[in-house]
Amino acid sequence: MNEHQGAGARQVLSHSSVYSSVFRIPAIPPATSLPPFPRQEPYSLIFDHRLVQTETQLQCAREWRESGSLTPTMAEVAAFVKPKPRPIIRIGLFLISQSLLVSIICCVAGVLALLLLPVLAKNTYISENALMPGSASPMLSSADASDGHIFLNKIMSMDSTSTNTGTEIPEMIGKHIIESGGEVNYHQIQPISDNFHPLQFFLGPDVGIVQENYSCTSYGINTVGIVRAPRGDGKEAIVILTPYNSVKTTTSEALSLGVAYSVFSLLSRVSWLAKDIIWLAADSRHGEHAAVAAWLRDYYALSRGDLEKNQDMCVASSVLGHELTSVQRNGVSNGFRRAGTMAAALVIKVADSSTGFEKDGLKIYAEASNGQMPNLDLINIVNYLAVHGQGLQVRVEKIWSLLDSWWLYSLGELQELLGKVAKSLNPDWKFGIPASDYVEGCATLASSLYNQALGVPTGPHGAFRDFQVDSITLEFSPRFSSSQRVLFLLHVGRLVEGVIRSVNNLLEKFHQSFFLYLMTSPSRFVSVGVYMIAFALLIAPLPLVAAALFSDKLKSGKDDVSLEPSHPGESFPTFTAWNWLHTAKTVLIVHLWGAIVTIIPYFLSQFPNSSPLTNLSMWIASSLVGLFFTCAASGSLSISRASQLQIREWTLLKAVTVTAAFIGLCLMSVINYATAQIGALLLVPMCLMAVPLRIDMADKTMKALLRGACNILLVFAGFPPTAFLMMRGALDSFERVRIDDFWNWTESLRAWNSATYIYICMVHLPCWVLCIRILLLRR
Amino acid sequence: MSRLESCLLMFLALCSVTQSINVEELNEEFTESLLLRPLPDRKVLAHFHFRSSAPPSKTYGRHHHIFPKSIYQLVHKFQVREMELSFTQGRWNYERWGGFDPISSSNAKPPGVELWAEFDVPQDQVDESWKNLTHALSGLFCASINFLEHSTSYSAPQWSFGSASGKLRYGTLPREAVCTENLTPWLKLLPCRDKAGLSLLMDRPSIYRGYYHSQRLHLKSDEFGASEMSTGMVLEQTLTVVLRPDTFSGKALQPSWSLSSLFGRSVSRKCSLSSSSNVYAQFEQNLLFEGDKLKEDREALENAISVGDGFEDNPLFELSLAPKRVIKESGNLQKAGSILYEFSVEDSNEFKPFDLGLNWKVPVAWSCPQAPLQASRFLLGSGNERGAIAISMKSTRSNNVERTSSYDENECWLRVGIFQMVPWYVKVYYHTLKLFLDGEPQSSMENIEKILVSPSEDKVSTGVLEMILRLPCSVNTAALTLEFDKGFLHIDEYPPDANQGFDIPSAVIHFADFVANMSFHDDSLKQVPILSKLQEEVPVVSYTEVLLVPLTTPDFSMPYNVITITCTVFALYFGSLLNALRRRVGEEERLLNGKGARKAGPLTLMISKLSAKLRGKKWEPPKQSESGRSSSKYKLLAKVVLVAGVAAAWQFYFQ
Repeated sequence: MNEHQGAGARQVLSHSSVYSSVFRIPAIPPATSLPPFPRQEPYSLIFDHRLVQTETQLQCAREWRESGSLTPTMAEVAAFVKPKPRPIIRIGLFLISQSLLVSIICCVAGVLALLLLPVLAKNTYISENALMPGSASPMLSSADASDGHIFLNKIMSMDSTSTNTGTEIPEMIGKHIIESGGEVNYHQIQPISDNFHPLQFFLGPDVGIVQENYSCTSYGINTVGIVRAPRGDGKEAIVILTPYNSVKTTTSEALSLGVAYSVFSLLSRVSWLAKDIIWLAADSRHGEHAAVAAWLRDYYALSRGDLEKNQDMCVASSVLGHELTSVQRNGVSNGFRRAGTMAAALVIKVADSSTGFEKDGLKIYAEASNGQMPNLDLINIVNYLAVHGQGLQVRVEKIWSLLDSWWLYSLGELQELLGKVAKSLNPDWKFGIPASDYVEGCATLASSLYNQALGVPTGPHGAFRDFQVDSITLEFSPRFSSSQRVLFLLHVGRLVEGVIRSVNNLLEKFHQSFFLYLMTSPSRFVSVGVYMIAFALLIAPLPLVAAALFSDKLKSGKDDVSLEPSHPGESFPTFTAWNWLHTAKTVLIVHLWGAIVTIIPYFLSQFPNSSPLTNLSMWIASSLVGLFFTCAASGSLSISRASQLQIREWTLLKAVTVTAAFIGLCLMSVINYATAQIGALLLVPMCLMAVPLRIDMADKTMKALLRGACNILLVFAGFPPTAFLMMRGALDSFERVRIDDFWNWTESLRAWNSATYIYICMVHLPCWVLCIRILLLRR
Repeated sequence: MSRLESCLLMFLALCSVTQSINVEELNEEFTESLLLRPLPDRKVLAHFHFRSSAPPSKTYGRHHHIFPKSIYQLVHKFQVREMELSFTQGRWNYERWGGFDPISSSNAKPPGVELWAEFDVPQDQVDESWKNLTHALSGLFCASINFLEHSTSYSAPQWSFGSASGKLRYGTLPREAVCTENLTPWLKLLPCRDKAGLSLLMDRPSIYRGYYHSQRLHLKSDEFGASEMSTGMVLEQTLTVVLRPDTFSGKALQPSWSLSSLFGRSVSRKCSLSSSSNVYAQFEQNLLFEGDKLKEDREALENAISVGDGFEDNPLFELSLAPKRVIKESGNLQKAGSILYEFSVEDSNEFKPFDLGLNWKVPVAWSCPQAPLQASRFLLGSGNERGAIAISMKSTRSNNVERTSSYDENECWLRVGIFQMVPWYVKVYYHTLKLFLDGEPQSSMENIEKILVSPSEDKVSTGVLEMILRLPCSVNTAALTLEFDKGFLHIDEYPPDANQGFDIPSAVIHFADFVANMSFHDDSLKQVPILSKLQEEVPVVSYTEVLLVPLTTPDFSMPYNVITITCTVFALYFGSLLNALRRRVGEEERLLNGKGARKAGPLTLMISKLSAKLRGKKWEPPKQSESGRSSSKYKLLAKVVLVAGVAAAWQFYFQ
């Protein structure tokens, strides 16, 4: 018998060596003689082999039957009990079995890692050697600064005296540019048609050849002055941008124009230029960003200015052209002037309010659309030159309300204490920063994260980033009274000159330093390698929990099989295994509904003159109707059908929901990390906690009730409008929060083509609905 | 008979005349001259012109006194028929410095190095000669001209340059930096170098400080022609610089200058080997027109009698020296031509150096004559995937006035030739060629008179577009667009500083119907090389800007990371694959089984089996005791803790 069996086994082996070596299928005897499966089913995750009735197994069974005994012999059983999965699989199985603990640890660690980021931030350093900031002494003299001051006074007097039509200042700027030896052209701003291109950042702007439907309604006139580098080859250019309102110019705008003029007139004389300099005085009558974006769009396309020599059709330009003949025809043209590939752009602004500090202030804005940042080197040189060269006080934006939050301060003190303890143990261990620094870093980090997550540029520099040009906005806040303007112009002008000289030194485009980073102070940053940890820890439990739920479901499904007296071998295993497809269909339909929700506001925006509140309520109502209809049409969520089954199916539904959330968050982290991070903070606990309320109610233990309450709270907080309003309230004050802010907010996201909008509607909202669905499942 | 005699006499006379001419030509000659011209934007153009010529070596032999030997050898080795090499720094500002005069047409060059050469060899040896020539020139001029030897960097234009023989090759290096190390070998070709003569003025800091610097070498030889009437070799060396006088003269007045203030030096002696060394000061017709206007005004004001065309009473400016002669261009009907004042440096010496100066009297503004269309070229679109090249041409309103041939209002056409060379990694789709006239898209074929496209081949050849557009004279703007995809280079094809981007060489725009020449009444002026050069009929040519295309560039600074991650992925993949392949599950099972049996001991196993059989029960393998397993687990844990503890202690105490 033994021999016979051995021969049989060998025969099996020879027949099935290929299959078994690849799949390593345990031979399964007929169901009646099943030995008890080990509690941890090894292969359920990877491949449900029991369902695959391969040739081998059938043959095995046949041979057993032939051998006359239904009991498998020693060899088979030994082989069945023993196989030890590979360590990596065992680790996976262990993690899945401990998914609750793992997910708690991971989530807590993720939040902690996020809070630790200010501690882990590194000092910035200039990575590109060619920049050499501050290696040359500034050439801008006080004579240049006083020239700028005279220019400023002219603008101010012009603004106060005449009835301004918006053409005087461009004309005067043009005149000055020509006098200093530059070339001028005037660019008429055309409104950009309001199209929704959420994937524009991904595909890049079209290679537009000509703009269609050109209209004469002018939205202002940009003045463009160009200094050609005397010995340069004209392949590259640096842009100085000063937005100003041509109808009503404020003192601060005039100051920024004065700075730009003094720098420009200096640069037209210097001999070290290798790149051309473009000074764009953008008419911000109808928005800074619109003016800049219109100019950039024309710069990168065959624009009207290239095609038409005389734009006589439009009154404004003909007036302009007429006035300019008196100045000097040489150098002024209506045609569009270009100056090669842009290497960098600096936006110069002066804040209206003066600082209360000792020094002049400088605030750096860098976030462009969809969380894109300029190269860190650009911020570094500005920071370096401002601090070490001109003695300005550099700041980046921060959320002020976080500065006096007690819990952040105590956290800071805690980490300071830990740092001290570590240092006392080993003086080489240096971590931990002063608590006040920590709080400030946190506030800056939060602002950086929020601005990136929003996906809306924080200034006109955002328009450049859409064309892969590194740019930042420098907002200066003078401390003076008006008497010290020349000094201010001197300092700021020298800073701008230094930055331009650095960029001018650059042979290649910015590529050395980081593009993905968060700022915690002007001189400290967190790079992508560090901040991804927090996000990875947060979303790591999602696939684990999904796998755990799925394997649990399979197990319980198998229990069902054994309980029910139906034919075991035929259709039932297929049902349990592929059941998840059914739930996946539900999830897919809800996500489809999310896509419908995304486009509803376009139809709503067709109705003019409707208040934000009505729009918002219309949106919610139509979304609800849409949800009802999609569900009815698909029949997947209909309550009548299979309601008995569904309470058992909730684990499956949750598994698929969690998987969908995981995929959505991962995708979003590629597009915009900050959105994914904030979204994960909201979404991960909500998805992980979701358990049908009925089960909690039935359980009646303290733990279950607590869980139910948590679930309700999380779902309440996870609803996008409430999340938004709560955040607003927490950061600002609850009195000023209004419901219709949310509509305005989403409207702005949509207008700026932010991917965050897509994320909210197509990832967050469907997951939220599915969580509610899980909570409300009936028994 | 007498008739025959007279014929014979005539023939003899003719022969003697030709012989005498030959005898005249049989000498090597060197001339030098300098042309100065004030530019409207307070700058001064200085154009040095050196010409050395040698008679054909068939008659003259191979030994030269003046003509540089290296050039002679170059010509003979590679059988060069015509060649032009230019080193340029900066851009010629067509808008301000003009684009319609002979100097700008032949001396405004694209930044970097431009080389074209025509060979007198069979068609199949042309490429070979070109490659050798580039290497020879590279050594001669200390420049990286040898990079032009790759077939991906030069092209064979059919009709845009020189003759349409098909033996011409053209290449540019837009990124080549130009410096004194290129000037010194160039000066070595002059018989007096920069020790005497006009080249004394070439003070390196001053000429490299300028706004435009173009050093050019043009070589022409018909040594290898079949005709007997060969003129030998002619080498023309020109240096064109645009300088800004340092003298401060208020905001309105043009700055006054002198040679010593411009160059920091002055000419103390002429090059004794040169047959003529002249300095010319040129004043353009528009400037003179302003002067005339001013003069008329003044006359009207003062009722004074005009004193004539003498230069002393010129209301605009004053020259410090008296000119040897005044040469007037015979202008066309509308306007008078420009004026050249000739000065000779012959009688200058150490104590009385030649130092020409110009003083402006009144503020004046004028503009230079422009080419019929002003061309500019730029890139459309952004991103690393695709883009478009656009060439936009704007009318300067001079085409109707300055046109040489008579024209009819209706049948007036402007012929514009465009030559564009595109490197292969910029994959141009020539079918996307679009033409816009005054903003209206045209069906291209109507306005294209002639077009020749040779598409690029990856890593083999450049793409070349040659076309002649026929535009109506009344056109205001014309724009041409070509779309392209950006290609990928192999990792070792990236040049240093790859992140800068890649250059598309300048396009060449030429106006075949327009010739930029000056015509003088006096035919004797043809004897002076620079003046004959100015009278030469050259088509109006302008170069567009060099374009910088950013391509996708690998992160060269991270090869380690890339290698590491690739190796990890490979290791994981192959490891698991091999593991799966070489595993024999059955064998393992048997092995495990055997192990289990051995553990229990063969005897006890046998006994238990036997007893199980006897009892008719299922035999169960002996189980390992739980305690044993847990104890082994603890052992493992203890080991791990021990190792970790040792490591921590090590870290703590030994750092």
